[in-house]
Amino acid sequence: MTAIPSSDDALVLYGQRFQSRLLLGTSRYPSPAVLEAAVARARPAMVTASLRRQGSNAAETGSDFWALLKRLEVPVLPNTAGCMRVQEAITTAQMAREVFETPWIKLELIGDDYTLQPDTLNLVEAASILIKDGFQVLPYCTEDLVLCQRLVDVGCQAVMPWAAPIGTGRGPVNPYAMQALRERLNVPLICDAGLGLPSHACQVMEWGFDGVLLNTAVALSQDPVAMAGAFADATAAGHAAFRAGAMQAQDTAQPSTPVLGTPFWHNA
Amino acid sequence: MQILLNNQATELPAHATVAQALAQLQPQPPFAVAVNTEFVPKALYESRVLQANDKVEVISPVTGG
Repeated sequence: MTAIPSSDDALVLYGQRFQSRLLLGTSRYPSPAVLEAAVARARPAMVTASLRRQGSNAAETGSDFWALLKRLEVPVLPNTAGCMRVQEAITTAQMAREVFETPWIKLELIGDDYTLQPDTLNLVEAASILIKDGFQVLPYCTEDLVLCQRLVDVGCQAVMPWAAPIGTGRGPVNPYAMQALRERLNVPLICDAGLGLPSHACQVMEWGFDGVLLNTAVALSQDPVAMAGAFADATAAGHAAFRAGAMQAQDTAQPSTPVLGTPFWHNA
Repeated sequence: MQILLNNQATELPAHATVAQALAQLQPQPPFAVAVNTEFVPKALYESRVLQANDKVEVISPVTGG
C-alpha cells in the first residue's frame, strides 16, 4: 500500500488536519434536531451543505439551517450538487465561497441524472478552473484510475471516488478498481457516495482509503444518531486495521492452537 | 423591462441593478447572486446593471450530501 498515515494519524487535506476521517452529509434527516444529534455523536471532520433558491423548500431555507450550521462548529464543505455544466459548477462554487466563507468545495458535475454519475469528460476542466481560482477542490468522481490521476495532475490534493451511485447504499461495487486506486495514487482518497452499512465504510478504510463521506445511510436509518456513531466507529476501526497491516489469507487451514502435545493423540 | 428572478418573471425599471432586483425579492441573508450563470459578488450589487430577459439567481444554504 502506498498511503502512509502521518505520524499523529490525522487526516490531512490541503495541509489542514482533521481528527475524524468521516465526512457527513446534512440532508434527509427526520428533523434538524436529529441531524444536530447525529453530528454531535459522529463528530465528523466536515459536514456538507448546498445552495438552492430561497423559498424552494420552506422547511430548509432561511435562518434555521444557517443557525444550526453555526452551532455545529464543524467545518462546512459546500457542494455543487445538481450542476450538469462546467460553468454552472464554477458559478455555484463561487457563490458557495461567498456564502459559507470557505475555499472548500465538493465538486459535483453530474453527467447522467439517472445514476448521478459524475461527468468524467468535463470534471477535470471544472476542477482545474476552480483550483486556479483558489479553491480547495474535493472532486466527486468515479473509481476510474485515469480520471483520478488527471484530477491530481491539475492540482486536486485529494479525490473522492464513489463506491456506488449516490443514495443506493450498495457498498463498493468495484472493489478491484478501488484497491487499484489505492495502489496507484499517493493523495488522500475519500470514498464518497454509495455506502449503506458501517461494514462498507470499514471495508474501504481497510483497503487504505483515507476517509468516507456519506449521508443517506445515516439519515434514512431507523436511528440516525446511533448509525452516525456506528459509521464513525467503523471508519476508525477500518483505518486502524489498515495501519496495523492485515495477515495474508491462506488457502488451507492452519491450526492456531499448537499441535505439539495434543492430549489423547497416539502415533498408531 | 422583464427579467427572470429565481425563475419568476419580474418587472423592473430599465437599467435596474442587481440591488434593485434584490429589493423586490427581499431574500433573507445569507445568500449569493448570479446573473446569467455568472457570479455577482456582494460588492457589485449596486453597480451591476441588468438587461431585459436576464436570469437572476438568488440562492441560500440548504442541507446537502
